[in-house]
Amino acid sequence: MNSIHDMGGMHGFGPIVVEVDEPVFHEEWEGRAYALSIGWFPASQYKEWGGFRHNLEKIPPKDYLNMSYYERWFFVNEQKAMQLGLVTEEELNNGNADPNYLMPQLEPHPDSSLGPGRLDLEINAKFENGGVVRAKEINGRAHNRLPRYVRGKTGTIISDNGIYALQDTNEKDEQPYDDPQHVYTVRFSSEELWGNASHGNDFIYLDLWESYLEFA
Amino acid sequence: MSRDGQKIDRRKFLKGAAVGAAAVSSTAISNAQDQESADHQHAPSDIALRVKALETVLTEKNLVDPSVLDEVVDRYENRIGPQNGAKVVAKAWVDSDYKARLLDDGTAAIGELDLLGTEGEHMVVVENTAEVHNLVVCTLCSCYPWPTLGLPPTWYKSSAFRARAVIEPRAVLREFGLEVSDETEIRVWDSTAEMRYLVLPRRPEGAEDMNESELADVVTRDSMIGVAIL
Repeated sequence: MNSIHDMGGMHGFGPIVVEVDEPVFHEEWEGRAYALSIGWFPASQYKEWGGFRHNLEKIPPKDYLNMSYYERWFFVNEQKAMQLGLVTEEELNNGNADPNYLMPQLEPHPDSSLGPGRLDLEINAKFENGGVVRAKEINGRAHNRLPRYVRGKTGTIISDNGIYALQDTNEKDEQPYDDPQHVYTVRFSSEELWGNASHGNDFIYLDLWESYLEFA
Repeated sequence: MSRDGQKIDRRKFLKGAAVGAAAVSSTAISNAQDQESADHQHAPSDIALRVKALETVLTEKNLVDPSVLDEVVDRYENRIGPQNGAKVVAKAWVDSDYKARLLDDGTAAIGELDLLGTEGEHMVVVENTAEVHNLVVCTLCSCYPWPTLGLPPTWYKSSAFRARAVIEPRAVLREFGLEVSDETEIRVWDSTAEMRYLVLPRRPEGAEDMNESELADVVTRDSMIGVAIL
């Protein structure tokens, strides 16, 4: 989806602020929120990160920008827990489980079982190293991994990273597709992406699923 | 979208976020830095309570085991961090066969050191040379090689870094104190799929006599992201 998370190339965010000797977690809640995302992931019914990422992307832009990284992570898990009926707002407000609350029977989640990792499958590659490709214009409301700043732009395939299931979601943040494809690393010149005022010696590399690309 | 929007209102989250943002603004130097301050983990005060509430309720329902959460926190606070990536780099500096394997197939070579794992299952290592400088970013979220570098620093997750690294990498590097000559090619790796990137920095001058473990001590996290040289 086209929202604030897709930040590549935006102006106006100011300088990069570096915290010296930054701790892994600034406060205890950050560590707990992080661990809840990792340790509780399966029960939250995000089988894969795609659904989790899509929920992050659906946070309204003004709120997304006001939240820290771990606030966003926590927020989408909290929402998901309520959405699934695992917890109620009242329980969260009270800080304790209601012993009389009846847990819902959850439907099996429709996510693809292929997972995010590299797959040992034989599929013919559409593109080869050195091939010139154009990133498609894909403007769906669901989750994809094709940043706006490369759509419609032309680049060169520099490697084929093997077969991976497409991690796109549908609009309900599910990943029902079993769609394994080659994932290529594509090199774009800064001049192609940002115009002639860019430095001629800067190049941007992205890993892109085959269905994001077409022959240029 | 609208369904989620209603949920947000119901949780009164916006109120909390607004309070947090206002508190931050009073200490910010300029408007331009307000956003950076928000990136800087100044949370609304009730976030700690909300996290506690969710953990407690899930625990009471036997959906979460707090000891599992303790283990996750301990792992990333104490056991997984840039010291792991530094071992990979130091080994590549002293062992040219390993370096060749590392650049050819990062996943296999890092696997030799048992340093693969969540968010680092498929690794690509890119080498800095006299001609090429590499920089890693994730513009869409904040993907980062956890098993070799640990969890990312706040600046890596900041809007400013995510926005700027791909359009003005030289200006970004200059802010980190790194002036890259016009003749040097800059390669920015935007981690958009499942591959995670680690920069192999150039071995510093004056380190010829160091052994592998001494070399690992001089490798910094920032040099393996590409915002520093050694």
